[in-house]
Amino acid sequence: MRIGVRGVTVRGPGLSGWAQALRVLRGEEDWVPGPVHLPPPDCLPPNERRRSGAVTRLALLLADEACAQAGLAVSDVRGVFASSNGDGAGMDDILASLSVPDGEVSPTRFHNSVHNAAAGYWTIGHGAITPVVALGCFDWSFGHGLLKAAAECLVERKPVVLVAYDAPIPGPIGRVRVTKDIFGCALVLDAEDAASGLAVLDMSCGVGPGEPEAERQGVYGLIDGNPAAKALPLLAALARGQNRRVALDGASGHLSIEVRPC
Amino acid sequence: MKPLVVTSGTVVSAAGHGLAQTVLSLKERRSGLTGCDFAGVTEGFIGRVPGIEQHGLTAVNPGFDCRNNRLADMALMSDGFFDAVMQARAFYGADRVAVVLGTSTSGILSAEEAYAAVDPVAGMPPDSFDQARTQDLFALPRFVASRLGLEGPLLCVSNACASSSRAFVDARYWLEAGLCDAVVVGGADSLCGMTLRGFASLGLIAPDMTRPCDARRNGISIGEGAGFVLLEREGARPDATVMMRWLGYGVSSDGHHMSSPDPQARGAIHAMRDALAHAALEPSDIDYVNLHGTGTLANDAMEDRAVHAVFGDGVPCASTKGWTGHTLGASGIIETLFSALMMREGFLAGCLNVGTPDPAFRSHVLTANLERMPKAIMSNAFGFGGTNCSLIFGAA
Repeated sequence: MRIGVRGVTVRGPGLSGWAQALRVLRGEEDWVPGPVHLPPPDCLPPNERRRSGAVTRLALLLADEACAQAGLAVSDVRGVFASSNGDGAGMDDILASLSVPDGEVSPTRFHNSVHNAAAGYWTIGHGAITPVVALGCFDWSFGHGLLKAAAECLVERKPVVLVAYDAPIPGPIGRVRVTKDIFGCALVLDAEDAASGLAVLDMSCGVGPGEPEAERQGVYGLIDGNPAAKALPLLAALARGQNRRVALDGASGHLSIEVRPC
Repeated sequence: MKPLVVTSGTVVSAAGHGLAQTVLSLKERRSGLTGCDFAGVTEGFIGRVPGIEQHGLTAVNPGFDCRNNRLADMALMSDGFFDAVMQARAFYGADRVAVVLGTSTSGILSAEEAYAAVDPVAGMPPDSFDQARTQDLFALPRFVASRLGLEGPLLCVSNACASSSRAFVDARYWLEAGLCDAVVVGGADSLCGMTLRGFASLGLIAPDMTRPCDARRNGISIGEGAGFVLLEREGARPDATVMMRWLGYGVSSDGHHMSSPDPQARGAIHAMRDALAHAALEPSDIDYVNLHGTGTLANDAMEDRAVHAVFGDGVPCASTKGWTGHTLGASGIIETLFSALMMREGFLAGCLNVGTPDPAFRSHVLTANLERMPKAIMSNAFGFGGTNCSLIFGAA
């Protein structure tokens, strides 16, 4: 599959949007991990904006930044939102409520518990009827999400924004499903005129683990702490603007990606 | 779009274990709903599948054992589906058969049980809680792939109550992009405290059996179920038999509200019109619309408006949730199989439990079964987050 990248962004510890992350991933600026600042989404009405949790804020910020960079309106882009944990804090709160007899579940918590909540808020915020899909693929949400988003882009011949994001889960679930950091990234993919964007990706699936294995030094240490951070080698290849091959392991087999800058 | 073929299918819900039981329930208009007696909740009715508690899993990692995967397994082992997948696997190769499934809550019941047994000092759930293989959304496709010995790409779609309908669309992308030759498409959702109490907190649980499209409808009955189809390119495998054809789809968002449908039905109308366009069909080519028809005031009114806008009053439409309850993310695949049965057996299922249809409705709502051989059926699914999916199936 050959697909163009028209927009990219990333948010995580020491990574605050593409302009700054570009310098870190090129080695022009030291990586200094710190708290991740997530402003309330401008696009939401005041009540939803105030109530929005970290996961929703992260997903909406990434989707909007990547679309803006690509110069595309939300109504022109199909959405693929890939998250392993979804709103883990909301899930923990509901599960805690259910564990006491006659525990009341908050109605707002409940309707926000659907995995497509962030994707839904994105369309609500922009009043857009564009289709969005929410995926959950455990440790492989970025790679499987990319494979899905690229195929949708090729088949529909429409730009697709892939938003991959995850956050630590509090409470007992978080003790067994450990996510260390909050991290997310977004790519705007376009099959038309692929060579006019930032880079062209040639993707193929292979059996067994992929090569090269990602390094784990510095910022790449984030890879093991959040499923979305498995995107870092691809993001670095995009930042450096060099021909490079990266591999993303999947649930079975791997996705091999040749990155060619435009 | 170029139609894809469904070459095998299976379904388990409160309306029946397998296609044979299901078709009897549909024809005899026997609801599977019973008084709620689940997870400490006694209000309302549920569509509970008998036998899950006794159903054991074999040939997979025991960590997969949970209500949702058991339900999925009951469907996989019904209707000759397992053997059909084995034939496709032998023909195409295990790595060329993908698994694309929808679920809204996966094995969340296992997490509820784990929270009830958390060590109060350490704050740890019990060691027996295998989060990755039960509660996690990806547990479902991983389990199904493991049970069927498939090595193609896996996907879990979680678009609330449109999950397993939307899974068809995402399966098509992988097929058309050449990443696989066949896809196991479907989904499962199972009873749990979260959805029973959550929908109750929103005031959406009917105190009596759900009665979609009735003038006095007052909410949903929650159900559980699982269903799967094998989706392939037509003519790619000479031995395959065609159960039905998948002709078109439309997907959209409401862009309106998290849990209330857009009363103007802008997104729903768009999804239905797009489905017709993909199938290159006119509204008059559709013989029946299987409504999402949850039984809430807002959903059914919105859907009537949308169906009337697209079809006028010329096409019979009905909800089958009076049989199964609202099986949430599994409703799309379950109603897909119901559509297949109606096209095979020559009948249209009318809404169950309806005394007086809502007099404000303008579409052609069926409240009794009709003997008629449908050639094309549209099946709708809508969900929280404002997500819409319309699918069109054609007779074999």
